[in-house]
Amino acid sequence: MSSLSPPGKKLWWKEPIHRSELIWISLVFVWGLVMTFMMPYWHVVGKQNLGTETYKSTAEQFQASTEAFVEQYTVRTEGPRNFPVVAPPAGGDVYLISRLWDWWPILQLKKGETYRFHLSSLDWQHGFSLQPANINIQVVPGYEHVFNLTPTETGEYSVICNEYCGIGHHLMIGKIYVVD
Amino acid sequence: MANTTFRTCPDTGLKFNGATESLLKANAVAAVVFLLIGGFYGLLVGLTRWQAVHLLGAQDFYMVLTAHGLNVLIFWIIFFEIAILYFASSVLLGCRLATPKWAWAGFALMVIGAVMNNVVVMQGQSSVMMTSYAPMEAHPLFYLSLILFAVGALIGCFVFFGTLVVAKSEKTYEGSVPLVTFGAITAAIIAVFTIVSGAIILLPTFLWSVGLVGEIDALAYRLIWWAFGHSSQQINVAAHVSVWYAIAAILFGARPLSEKVSRTAFFMYILFLQIASAHHLLVDPGVSSNFKMFNTSYAMYLAVMASMVHGLTVPGSIEAAQRARGHRAGLFTWLRKAPWGNPVFSGMFISLVGFGFLGGITGVVMGAEQINLLVHNTLYVPGHFHATVVVGTTLTFMALTYWLVPVLFRREIILKGLAKWQPYLFGLGMSGVSLFLMGAGTLGVPRRHWDIGFAATGGVTHEFPAAAYTMLALNGMSVIVAVIGGAAFCVIIVGSLLFGKKLGDQKMDEQWIATPVTDEEYAADGGSAYAIPGTIVLAMIFFISFALYYFINWKYLAETWGIS
Repeated sequence: MSSLSPPGKKLWWKEPIHRSELIWISLVFVWGLVMTFMMPYWHVVGKQNLGTETYKSTAEQFQASTEAFVEQYTVRTEGPRNFPVVAPPAGGDVYLISRLWDWWPILQLKKGETYRFHLSSLDWQHGFSLQPANINIQVVPGYEHVFNLTPTETGEYSVICNEYCGIGHHLMIGKIYVVD
Repeated sequence: MANTTFRTCPDTGLKFNGATESLLKANAVAAVVFLLIGGFYGLLVGLTRWQAVHLLGAQDFYMVLTAHGLNVLIFWIIFFEIAILYFASSVLLGCRLATPKWAWAGFALMVIGAVMNNVVVMQGQSSVMMTSYAPMEAHPLFYLSLILFAVGALIGCFVFFGTLVVAKSEKTYEGSVPLVTFGAITAAIIAVFTIVSGAIILLPTFLWSVGLVGEIDALAYRLIWWAFGHSSQQINVAAHVSVWYAIAAILFGARPLSEKVSRTAFFMYILFLQIASAHHLLVDPGVSSNFKMFNTSYAMYLAVMASMVHGLTVPGSIEAAQRARGHRAGLFTWLRKAPWGNPVFSGMFISLVGFGFLGGITGVVMGAEQINLLVHNTLYVPGHFHATVVVGTTLTFMALTYWLVPVLFRREIILKGLAKWQPYLFGLGMSGVSLFLMGAGTLGVPRRHWDIGFAATGGVTHEFPAAAYTMLALNGMSVIVAVIGGAAFCVIIVGSLLFGKKLGDQKMDEQWIATPVTDEEYAADGGSAYAIPGTIVLAMIFFISFALYYFINWKYLAETWGIS
């Protein structure tokens, strides 16, 4: 009677469980509780908990909000396509468009300040991958995702698209500068 | 009726129904064909990711990557799983197959769907990856081909359920179904859920692609698609764990340590794995933290618990059987005395270790709500699932195939020397792929990305650390090793089917199925075989690695920017 045949004992569910198995099952169960605990625990003590505030939106609405934001806070333009570099006030709202195939505009933030990010896509799905900080967030068209971001170090950061978005996916790269 | 003819295998004593046998062969051969195609595409992908080689252009890369995923993750695996379902029902229960005509219709639909999909993707209008995230649009035939394939697979599931009813009503077995059949039942139930979810999302997407539906909500698409996409991987887990138990029985005559524990663990897959699919949405907008935590903790950890139980009971049952048969000395004599030169065993055992250590641990860690921020959509993700699906499922299915060729096809395996090494080549090569992709992902390298050197972005670039390039080069080399192993498998199997010595009704010298260990053998030495100290030690090493790696990732997370 192996695993290929019906159980030898017809009332197999009444057979006792071996000690070796019981020990392991108990350990694994407790481990599951520990891991379950860690997530709400991190919401209380951790500093990395992605906000889930979300609004239904359209490409037109989000583009209009972002353009108003860019108009108000642009400090210079740069790069091959003269993208605006936008420096919002500390603690203020920040809008970032993802579209085929760029991130618009370029942002300039202050270290240690918390910004209210608004992120959405004008067309397909994209992936906000902030490098080398290594923060990765899904960008979904039709939804405006609002969360707080606090840079901890100065430097030049890249926003790389890490959700495949067609033939120009690998061209989609943006910048965030963090200054003192 | 032709369907009532049976052949009794002279080597294993298994009863093969005529119709079942033909269907098993057809499904197994189709599976290997798509493995061959998909594996070749995998080679091209690996050699393109290796930045110094950078084989394909961008357009071809995205097209080939789409085809790679669909061929190996869907077509190879599901054809093989249909064969497993028919084997676990008709062969193990010794009964006729219910409605062979429907089974053939299902098979035909799957072949049509798979071929059509390959043609459509290779025309270049459907480079949308396996996930085909709306509103990115593929050619309508892309969705239609997947729907046809899924309907075919669904028919296969119902033929399987019908066969269980036949066996029950014709009383071809007594008591409860064997454990391996029980595992296959859980796989089939999950498959029905999976395919229905697929239909709910792919049908409207197909209608949208031909202009009959106005809009597909991108977030709803993700939610429902993953009920399909993730669950389909749970079919694989349930199926390959069943095969692990089957191989333990075939080679060692092993029975589960306790039927109750192993069956409950299978049952937990049905209850919990489906909702755990929400862990693909951990960094999505519009999904609350409570939803994310509930689905990844309560749901996922109970499913993970089931896998960890199998991870103990499968090697544990081998250890108990080996000890009962006399290999009692020390902690690991039972393991040292295992047939490491037999690809059926080495394939299965490498798969068990790789699935647990590389695939299992990393999957759970990145499934924690906050840790997911570090790895979502990086190469870490394909790194993880190459350990679960390729080292886990694919290698297990390869191992079983070495046994099926003589038993089912009645052909001797050719190139036995190569066959001995094949699981090591494939298993270690693919473990390398998994490790190095995860390494690159940890450094932030995006998945599904043609050029992380950003050569064509007009000067706006990002410098990934040199280590990332090293990881991708090592990945490319591992791909080559794995592909040599995969090609060896295809050559050995196809070669054996065509040129292997015909075995006919002659009994072979080798023993092709172990005599089951008896109650008396297990009871000898005061039943000490069940203490399984060696497996407990291995399990503890696993547990400690798991816990360390888990907390290291929280530490990494604490170092990045504040997010709330």
